[in-house]
Amino acid sequence: MISNKRLVLAHFWLAFAVFGLAILLGEWQMFIRSPLHGWLHNPDLYYRSVTAHGTVMGYVFPTLIAMGFGYAITELSLGQALIGRRWAWAGYVMIIVGSVAAVVPVALGLDSVLYTFYPPMIGNAFYYIGVVLVVLGSWIWVALMGINLQAWKRAHPGVAVPLPMFANVAAAYLWGWTAVGAALELLFQILPVALGFSNTINAGLARVLFSWTLHAIVYFWLMPAYIAFYTIVPRAIGGRLYSDTMARISFALFLVFSMPIGIHHLFADPQVGSGFKFIHSVFTAMVTVPTLLTVFTIGASVEIAARLRGGKGVFGWLKALPWDNPQMLALAFSFVMLGFGGAGGLINMSYQLDSTIHNTQWITGHFHLIFGGAVVIMYFAIAYDLWPHLTGRAMRDLGMIRMQLWLWFVGMIVTTFPWHYVGILGMPRRMAYYDYSAPGTSGEAISVIMSTMGGALLVVSAVLFLVILYRNHSASRVEPAPFTFSRAIHEPSSLPLALNGLGLWVGLMIALTITNYAYPIVQLMGLPDARVPAVFVGAK
Amino acid sequence: MNADRPRLISLRNPWFTASAGALSLLFVFSAWVGFVWLPSAQDDALFKGLLNAICSAAGAPRAWLGEASPPVPPKAPVSSVVLTPGMLEGASAGGSIGRGATLALRCTMCHGARGVSAANTPNLAGQYAPSIYKELRDFQSGARTSAIMVPMLAGLGDQDLRDLSAYYAALPRDSAPEMYPAPDIVATGSPMRNIAPCESCHGAMATKLGAPWLALQPREYLKSQLEAFAGGSRHNDISAQMRNIARNMTPDEINAAASYYTQNR
Repeated sequence: MISNKRLVLAHFWLAFAVFGLAILLGEWQMFIRSPLHGWLHNPDLYYRSVTAHGTVMGYVFPTLIAMGFGYAITELSLGQALIGRRWAWAGYVMIIVGSVAAVVPVALGLDSVLYTFYPPMIGNAFYYIGVVLVVLGSWIWVALMGINLQAWKRAHPGVAVPLPMFANVAAAYLWGWTAVGAALELLFQILPVALGFSNTINAGLARVLFSWTLHAIVYFWLMPAYIAFYTIVPRAIGGRLYSDTMARISFALFLVFSMPIGIHHLFADPQVGSGFKFIHSVFTAMVTVPTLLTVFTIGASVEIAARLRGGKGVFGWLKALPWDNPQMLALAFSFVMLGFGGAGGLINMSYQLDSTIHNTQWITGHFHLIFGGAVVIMYFAIAYDLWPHLTGRAMRDLGMIRMQLWLWFVGMIVTTFPWHYVGILGMPRRMAYYDYSAPGTSGEAISVIMSTMGGALLVVSAVLFLVILYRNHSASRVEPAPFTFSRAIHEPSSLPLALNGLGLWVGLMIALTITNYAYPIVQLMGLPDARVPAVFVGAK
Repeated sequence: MNADRPRLISLRNPWFTASAGALSLLFVFSAWVGFVWLPSAQDDALFKGLLNAICSAAGAPRAWLGEASPPVPPKAPVSSVVLTPGMLEGASAGGSIGRGATLALRCTMCHGARGVSAANTPNLAGQYAPSIYKELRDFQSGARTSAIMVPMLAGLGDQDLRDLSAYYAALPRDSAPEMYPAPDIVATGSPMRNIAPCESCHGAMATKLGAPWLALQPREYLKSQLEAFAGGSRHNDISAQMRNIARNMTPDEINAAASYYTQNR
């Protein structure tokens, strides 16, 4: 039972509203740089749009989802009202204020720096201050998740922490620690220049600090999807979770391996030594362990559901799955996109293979497939599952929901597969227009048009999604059955200390951050001639 | 406190020893491969020996070009000005505009009483101070040549140049008419020929440090400078930025760019 329904709904609705706006920007960008449109005569409009799209989709949207879902998980899994309700609302307000402060100067053309900041480019300080406020607002959530778990543990000594809360707090601590990198970059590198205290910046150090955030943030985006894999889908399709222990180990390993790998984003950066690049490459490869553990565990859980429904044979059980169930559909689509995206990711994380696709459209295709595809489709699934419990109204548009999920899946494949392809052909990213009439690039035109069409499908799907959620608010009232999470085949009665809390895993995360990041950061801080003149952006 | 109470961080906790031990092994192994084994495969003196291998893989800055030959000197003098956002800050922040106005009396016969003239010389009123300062320094150092400007600057010190720049930057710009839409070369450049849009540095869309504001400059001046860059007779652009752009422009594009910025005046 959720007692703070308004809090959770406020987070979800704001998240989906800004998502709806930002996806329009995304499709406009696809269109404007495709052969369907002539060259944009003010390319800055494109960069404003990219900055806004990235800021909203990368910082505001997933953070709000994680927060809203986290508050719901706290109350549903612990069976207690949220501690710190006023603080939660304060965090929410900070995110709104921060988002407005960030997006207004972007719209005015004062901050076309893209959401990854790209120092030595420096824009108007309000953008960075807005992003800092969004992060601070989300840190309130991080603290509340820890406080709520500790309060519950004190009241229930020796009892196993529910899996959803274990995973939720893992996500919170992951975000709390990984956001430190970008916060250090903003506070000590970028803001002093943006506010006029300095006009040079240690761009190499700033990029290393951002890489501290840049990869683990992806796993923070991913966490709600993984929580849904383990704790919602098996229940929704009438099965059991194959292994509670495996789930906990997966989340613990995500916590450990998300952090010490960010330098794989800097393979082409000269200021980081090749030895550290190699170490980060190895640790990135380790992320496959919790990923494959998850694929196996969820695959087994789904098979259990199928066999309970009378499925037979080595593969024949697949037919017995409830394919008309939106959760089943979303899971299957998510896994297909995760599979292709993960395979592409193996190329990005390889020190040598990366050089063939570094800074090409392949990268943009990759993170849209993983995040926009595999993860966001599970955000939809989470909303569909929670909505009746939040509104107290029946979710009857199952046909529309299936259509929406299909459209999102097909749209994302049509958008991102050609996107990857043009990347292999060498098409650079972050450009407002391309010369499709040149012999070397004319072959890319048809692929880019296909991507644009896929993007249009995504817009239709997003509109459908918002309509479904909106219509639910005026559907017939129901008293939904009490919300439950998936039950494991073997429910944990007592757990080893290491799997009933996150202390060990947070400790290892911090230790690996030190081994893998301390030397590059300290070395760059000590380089007297590493500071370069800032390049100020914005129309005069 | 019960001594038998299980502790998380303890060698008797197999979860702790296994996870911390496995991660340590993984780290040691990847560090050995990344810092010792892979560098040793490099056939380069700088990687020979254990310490050299580790230092190079760690990215410790070293004099890589110590044994290489010195840089080839350019055939003609190039600009020695270092452009930074704070290059004009410093000693005489206040009061320099008035002094610059006095010094500017020698400039008025060509550049106009208030920085605007019809003599096909650059209009200086409202020009960015770093852009003026850089050109003056280049005339003094010989990086940019001019039979008129070089003698005019003889005897002027660095502070004089700063004051002149500050004075002209402070003058009001000639009121600009509504600019007509920019031609392609100005708005988009030509990416396949490495021509950046003029606007991305010289105003309207964005400005970059050191790039002058071009609107309402005399057409003849803009055209002759683009042609001088293209032919290489003007070579004070840092890193040959303008030479590389102008060389790839067609005569029609040079005309279109010059006409746009002068608004056909």
